[in-house]
Amino acid sequence: MGILKTFALGGVHPKENKLSANAAIEVLDPPKQAFIPLGQNLGAPSKPVVARGEEVKTGQLLAEASGFISTPIHSPVSGKVFKIDNILNASGYKQLGIIINVEGDEWMEDIDRSEDIVTNIDYSSEEIIDKIKKAGLVGMGGATFPTYVKLMPPPGTKAEYLIINGVECEPYLTSDHRMMLEKGREIVVGTQLLMKALKVDKAIIGIENNKPDAISHLTELVKNAEGISVQALKVQYPQGGEKQLIKATVNREVPSGKLPISVGCVVQNVGTAFAVYEAVQKNKPLFERVVTVTGKDVKKPSNFLVRIGTPVQQLIDAAEGLPESTAKIINGGPMMGKAISSTEVPIVKGSSGILIMKEEEAHRKTESACIRCSKCTYVCPMGLEPFLLSRVSRVGKFDIAEKEMIMDCIECGSCQYTCPANIPLLDYLRLGKNKTGAIIRSRGKTA
Amino acid sequence: MESIILIAVAALGGVGFVAAVILFFVAKKFKVYEDPVIDIVEEALPAANCGGCGFPGCRAFAEATVNSAKENKNIDGLNCPVGGNDVMQEVGKILGLEVEASAPLIAVVRCNGTPTNHPAKVKFEGATSCTFAHALHGGEGGCQYSCLGLGECVEACDFDAIHMNPETGLPVVNNKCTACNACVIACPRDIIELRKKGPKDRRIFVSCVNAEKGAPAKKNCQTACIGCSKCEKVCKFDAITITSFLAYIDFDNCTLCRKCVEECPTNAIWEVNFKPRKPKVDRPASVVEKGAEKVVSKEKPIPLEISVDKDQPKKENKENNNKENKE
Repeated sequence: MGILKTFALGGVHPKENKLSANAAIEVLDPPKQAFIPLGQNLGAPSKPVVARGEEVKTGQLLAEASGFISTPIHSPVSGKVFKIDNILNASGYKQLGIIINVEGDEWMEDIDRSEDIVTNIDYSSEEIIDKIKKAGLVGMGGATFPTYVKLMPPPGTKAEYLIINGVECEPYLTSDHRMMLEKGREIVVGTQLLMKALKVDKAIIGIENNKPDAISHLTELVKNAEGISVQALKVQYPQGGEKQLIKATVNREVPSGKLPISVGCVVQNVGTAFAVYEAVQKNKPLFERVVTVTGKDVKKPSNFLVRIGTPVQQLIDAAEGLPESTAKIINGGPMMGKAISSTEVPIVKGSSGILIMKEEEAHRKTESACIRCSKCTYVCPMGLEPFLLSRVSRVGKFDIAEKEMIMDCIECGSCQYTCPANIPLLDYLRLGKNKTGAIIRSRGKTA
Repeated sequence: MESIILIAVAALGGVGFVAAVILFFVAKKFKVYEDPVIDIVEEALPAANCGGCGFPGCRAFAEATVNSAKENKNIDGLNCPVGGNDVMQEVGKILGLEVEASAPLIAVVRCNGTPTNHPAKVKFEGATSCTFAHALHGGEGGCQYSCLGLGECVEACDFDAIHMNPETGLPVVNNKCTACNACVIACPRDIIELRKKGPKDRRIFVSCVNAEKGAPAKKNCQTACIGCSKCEKVCKFDAITITSFLAYIDFDNCTLCRKCVEECPTNAIWEVNFKPRKPKVDRPASVVEKGAEKVVSKEKPIPLEISVDKDQPKKENKENNNKENKE
């Protein structure tokens, strides 16, 4: 196989712990009550179009987009709108959302629920983008950026490559892995649809080498698909980051502060490719997704196909309950995920996994002084100096932070993972990014 | 040998003289006139350079006052919060203007989320920065408006006027406060507000910024403002307004009658530095600490007749307060 490709700078290799890799995707029943937050995408939250007491069907439009970077939300269940009120989101803040009391499971008539795979593409590029927009698709990797925005390159730029992200570099998570194994054919059709929408003739599916079954399965499937190739990649975190994946697959570097389109690339997650297939070929809006429930003490680490709005508690119950040793529940993977404060929070379009950590591994170690070992600089995939950036953020010198390119940080957490002094580098980097970003924005307003 | 010394002296002297002549004319030509009054005004200012007036440092404030006095014949809207009335009167005297006395202000922490009132449900382990914690999560006790207790206001204070109380986990403002606004800006949750100090340091304020409906607010914190509007009804002076389930007392209209304090069912309204009520009212008054400096009390006793729910935490709270009273 030769030397496997990977990105150029830094990176770490945490223990993979893919406990649920062999657990086939299980379909979970709709919840009794679905909590659907209105802000499920990066950008402006959606605007509700249903009223209290209204009967809704599965797949019916609940809220429409309220701006350019915004997406509609469709009902994941059928039933009656109980109320539109503040609901708890994953970070512990209350956010406006729609609560639906579930009755039965009646789908909209125009959704094709058959199992047949439709391979014929009889839509034009614009039609595909329009369907994706109407189906409320967002990036399923976790950033929840509206998919259709990525498919419309700004004037003056042209896409050359479509890169499908099947890396799943976060330890523990296996939802994309299972998708590739079980929904491979749909993903290939989804990729072809995305290629047509973008008017590109080359697509690369990047998969890390710790998923050999997925690599061989997809390589087999793309044999007849023109222009699509599968690229095995060396296992390295954070290869799933857009910029890292572009460097690894097509060896191009996205300049600081620019989008991937500036080097002719568009990156989409495999989950998104699947959702594109369902939205375009089956008329099915995005209202369910695959979520991994895992953890060292979890009795049954699994991958579930769940409706958006299902409380996390129901997923944990389906994985045979919360283990007694539980100390922390994380929404997402261990590297970038955030701890949740309640199991009442619902699954949203961007949830990729629920990680249950036990007491011994959940807590931070005591921080000691920086010994200038430069490990953080060595592992930073963006070529930054995390020790310096966290220090200047800590003392509030945001002008230096800006000069040292803090805004390029992708918050992957490699620095904090590798730090021998257990310094919460990422915390202060996030703080610095937050404040520097605010300063830059306010400057734009006054200028 | 001697001639070398003479030549050197003559040459240097010549260069020096020519340079002096050039500099003399340059200085005349490019002279920047600065009002000498600015220097005098700057002398009168406290030289804290805290930025509380809204200008970058005392010099800039002095310039602004002198300019305003020249152009508008008044210095309205300009106030040095650190120097207070005395300094502003003196500045007025220098400029030959009459300055209206402004009431002194003090920072007020509007949260009562002590561990007993607002028990933690989750534990936050991370950077000790309020801004970071605010961006990351809603708060340990579930109230997304509550004080995070990580002390960014304390760090922001240049005057040693605000400290964390380790027992309550809330910041406490002392009388060193100059109302420079630094803590107000530092707090990511807008909990701290500058309010009038009030006569004899007495003031009444709503110690809560929770804009949620009553039930969810009360669920997380016993002393949250639930927006019941009882205080609004009892106030005869139109000082209390309720917006999004949160009462606010306008300190210009408030006459410190303390009726709202008695009325509030959750004790979200605080009175500070009042004398204890007469015994006919069967409730203990707020804590008054007599000493070198009056410290704003952070614990307010729970009135006895509250009948909503007499559960454990409330009793504990009462005991704590009694203890503090005895001390």
